[in-house]
Amino acid sequence: MSGVREFFVLSGRWVIEGRRALSQGKIWRPLLFAQMRKLGVDSIPVAVFVAVFTGIVLALLSSYMFTRAIPLYFVGTLVTKAVMLELGPVLTGMALAGRVGANVAAELGTMRVTEQVDALETLAISPHAYLVTPRVIAAILMFPVVTAVAMAVGVLSGWFTAVNLLDLSSVEFLRGARQFYNFKDIWFGLVKSASFGGVVATMGCFQGLSARGGAEGVGHATTRAVVLGCQAILVLDAFWALVLL
Amino acid sequence: MIEFQDVHKSFGARTVLDGFTLAIPDGQTTVLMGFSGSGKSVTLKHIVGLLEPDAGRVLVDGESVGELEYDGLMRLRSRIGFVFQFAALFDSLSVYDNLALGLRRQELPPEEISRRVAESLRLVELSGAEDRFPAELSGGMRKRVGIARAIALNPRYILYDEPTTGLDPVTTAAMDELMLRARRELGVTSVVVTHDVRSAFAVADRIAFLHQGRILLAGTAGEVRETADPLVRAFIEGRPAMGERV
Repeated sequence: MSGVREFFVLSGRWVIEGRRALSQGKIWRPLLFAQMRKLGVDSIPVAVFVAVFTGIVLALLSSYMFTRAIPLYFVGTLVTKAVMLELGPVLTGMALAGRVGANVAAELGTMRVTEQVDALETLAISPHAYLVTPRVIAAILMFPVVTAVAMAVGVLSGWFTAVNLLDLSSVEFLRGARQFYNFKDIWFGLVKSASFGGVVATMGCFQGLSARGGAEGVGHATTRAVVLGCQAILVLDAFWALVLL
Repeated sequence: MIEFQDVHKSFGARTVLDGFTLAIPDGQTTVLMGFSGSGKSVTLKHIVGLLEPDAGRVLVDGESVGELEYDGLMRLRSRIGFVFQFAALFDSLSVYDNLALGLRRQELPPEEISRRVAESLRLVELSGAEDRFPAELSGGMRKRVGIARAIALNPRYILYDEPTTGLDPVTTAAMDELMLRARRELGVTSVVVTHDVRSAFAVADRIAFLHQGRILLAGTAGEVRETADPLVRAFIEGRPAMGERV
């Protein structure tokens, strides 16, 4: 029970510190752009890699399922819907939970165990304003951007596979993609990915700043950040499906 | 003035400070000595509010650190420079930015920041190192940058946590001279935590010996050097003390 109580006390403290840090724009605003580039732009290659193979597998799987059952142009429907609604945001989120979450936890964890975080506090600089806020805001802003790129690449990859490996023309693929298209498919995926970004960055910062005990402690914090980030993505995914669909 | 009034601090089942009481006079260098793990660094961290006592009070300029609101704590910290044991320089920032970070927080104009950075680096004999990064510096140089970062704030107090640990004898002597110069030229009140006896007597006006969570002995450097207390004598002379676990 003391562990649960400690969790709530710590969470409450983070909420208070977070609100205060948000008001200290002079500290975190100059750092935001660099974090957006580091957490967002630099993550595009890994997101594209995941999206390419997601599109390929979706096209092949749907062809396998639909052949001699329903018209093959539904491959376009399934690839587009699945990538935009679910696999684009979630798989991109998972990949970035590994990249971004681990990076943030390792960096902040190392700063914690080498007393750099204490040094910030002795310089009257809030670690939440200097370290946490720019990373969390950058992730909330950039995860949807990266996910949008991944969505586009995933659909393109599915199209390319369908046209070159399956008995499907571009016209048929496009017919399927437009058949049940809804703009909500896109914004639903992007809203989800923004929340994934917030939770991945927050988890990475929380675990990093809680690291204790040298290199081993930083390793544990990094692992926890990735695992908990992935779990949080799955929980949020279900939450948004319940609330918005 | 810094005052510890009957401070108690434990970490789990381990009691570190157990009725710790000490007054640190202004304008002097007070050295806090003791065995490894005796709570010296923990004591320093209470002064800047990095730790809060379980009982008792820590007063700085008459204000109880534990009772300060956020803004009050930030104002207190801007009056105190803290030199960490391993310097705690920010890896991703150059020497210049390491020193300037705290000054920018005080919203000083860029010219004033540049002037203070240059002056602080001059004081620690590292002029010209502004563009270097911590990874490019030796251990001694990193400690000197750590001192420069504390000095640049124009603090009223400077706290040194094991400033000579890991340094060779020549660099240790240079570090001692730096601490003396900082006090001479800036008129700061210094608190030095160390188990380096030679360095302690080189820089101290007053020495306090911490043992089992409280002050065993406090006095001028001369008084402590002549003490008959067997534990303190053993510590000063560097020989095993009866009953002390290694």
